[in-house]
Amino acid sequence: MNSLVLRTATPFLVALTVLFSIYVLLRGHNEPGGGFIGGLIGASAFATYTIAEGIRAARRALILHPIAIAGIGLFLAGASGVASLVFGDAFLTGQWWFPAFAPDFKYLSTVVLFDIGVYMVVVGTIVAIAIALEEDR
Amino acid sequence: MSDASAWLVVWPVLIPVMAAALAAAFWGNARAQGAIGLAGVLGQLVSAIVLFAHVWQNGALAMSMGGWPAPFGIALAADTLGAGLTVVACVAALAILAFGLADTNADHHRAGFYPLVLALMTGVAGAFLTSDVFNLYVWFEVTLISSFGLIVLGGRREQIDGAVKYAILNLIATTFLLIAIGLLYGLTGTLNMADLSLKVADLPQDAVLETIALLFLVSLGMKAALFPLYFWLPAAYHTPLPTVSAIFAALLTKVGVYALIRVFLTVFPESGELAREAMIWAAVATMVLGALGALAEADIRRFVSFTVVSGVGVMIAGLAIGSETALIGAIFYIVHSIIISAALFMAAGLVVRAGRTAQVEDLAGLYKGSPLLAIGFLLVGLSLAGVPPFAGFWPKVYLVQAGLAEQSYMLVAGILLSGFLTLLAVGRTFAIAFWRAAPGDAAPARLTEALQGEGRLLYASLGALAILTFAIGLYSAPVVEASTRAAGELLAPGPYIEAVLGEGALPADTAIRVETGEGGE
Repeated sequence: MNSLVLRTATPFLVALTVLFSIYVLLRGHNEPGGGFIGGLIGASAFATYTIAEGIRAARRALILHPIAIAGIGLFLAGASGVASLVFGDAFLTGQWWFPAFAPDFKYLSTVVLFDIGVYMVVVGTIVAIAIALEEDR
Repeated sequence: MSDASAWLVVWPVLIPVMAAALAAAFWGNARAQGAIGLAGVLGQLVSAIVLFAHVWQNGALAMSMGGWPAPFGIALAADTLGAGLTVVACVAALAILAFGLADTNADHHRAGFYPLVLALMTGVAGAFLTSDVFNLYVWFEVTLISSFGLIVLGGRREQIDGAVKYAILNLIATTFLLIAIGLLYGLTGTLNMADLSLKVADLPQDAVLETIALLFLVSLGMKAALFPLYFWLPAAYHTPLPTVSAIFAALLTKVGVYALIRVFLTVFPESGELAREAMIWAAVATMVLGALGALAEADIRRFVSFTVVSGVGVMIAGLAIGSETALIGAIFYIVHSIIISAALFMAAGLVVRAGRTAQVEDLAGLYKGSPLLAIGFLLVGLSLAGVPPFAGFWPKVYLVQAGLAEQSYMLVAGILLSGFLTLLAVGRTFAIAFWRAAPGDAAPARLTEALQGEGRLLYASLGALAILTFAIGLYSAPVVEASTRAAGELLAPGPYIEAVLGEGALPADTAIRVETGEGGE
């Protein structure tokens, strides 16, 4: 869409939305939020970018094909479940690391890895759909 | 619970999902995707065999995800039936994938053929190995979503038409399934099948339970293509690529049949009188109408679709009779049907390739042009009709024997009649398409490209399945033994329940009931 207002606002909007989506992703650890909703917010950022700058620019910004992003996310989520095998726990049991220098830092865990995987699956899938819809026009 | 051996139940589901993720990550690189696809299904097959061997040695195996104990956590569980069917499904999938290497082209790969097949295999293994009814619904969704992607590969108009029918009817079935699961959860407060098995037995056998059982029969019956809800299958299965039809026919309806067996024997072993009564009629109608449809059909791929429908009736007949002998027959028939349905759709695909038409009347002289294909088609066709010594014969022997013993004469008549009609249909197709001389001086239809290069894979995979069904027919003892144990476990689910819920989960009187095998009919 060739709109000066939209194209001027987009960089700020997209940067803010992506930042917010990552905040929601990490916040989901103990409060409302998480990979799924964070992924939806992140996907909306890329959808805005696609509408403002066109498909080619969006593909360049994503670097990877959206479905490849979803695939990597799914792989991460699955791998985070397998990590518990090493510790003799059941599949998908959360594993935590509290580094000695920062004992209150709660984000080094397979649970967060799983959520990042979900985030990537959602971003990849929704952006793939958004691009496909944009292509048809 | 959490020792490494319990992980065996996770791998057959985890390996294909990881492979699907990896294949998706290599989007656009068909060569890498193909290698990952083959490796994924091969890995799944190996893990399924290891799981089956473990279950065979040590009995049912379960693992609760995330270490949350069942029934609160979601558990995967394998008994002989679930593990065995996973193995057979993987064998069929491997043959189909080999067929697909030569049958699919770059366009299909670009549209995600390999990730979709792997996702489908994840859903199938998940459905066979889950012990949670809501999880079962999720696995149905996984197979459904990946099958939507597969059915439109190629993107021809008739494919979209078939896909829309398939999608809408399956979504309706899924909605009914969800309603049934919701009602069951409202009634019992649990979704774990082992837990349900104990709780449903204590409930008053009233109209609510009857309704839930009927809803399960309708929704899963729709997925399994049971009369009167089978019409979506012949309307959709002849449109996609032969590879995709083969995967669908081999696996999707069988997952529905498996779910019916699991729900009616593990969750409602003694409830649902009305549903069981309806099941008998539905089974007879499915068998006979499926075979009649096959006989009447002029399109060879639709003909094969109707024979798949007819086979579903035979399996459900075993469940409807419900005795141990009948279940042995039904389980054996599922194994047989997975192999045979894949082989038939491959053969039909090759016939269309050779004759350049799907209309049986327009085909002629295929025997002269492609003798190998003719032999392959005849082998699987005879096995389908249940002619000895092929694999299709033995399960019907068990089913007829059980039907006579339980005085279900209607089912016996249905099985025999449908077998006879199927034989007629196969014979008619063979006589017209293969034996009849090509009219005038027209050159006999030939599969010119098929015996060189990649085309050899087409014959090799069809041949492998044809030989497999012949071999099982000649040496059926291992399948009978496995089916016997699977049927015994279904009728006495005590060890399965203990594997899922932990030792001592069975109340004392239930333990006795389950031990003596009175949990069934």
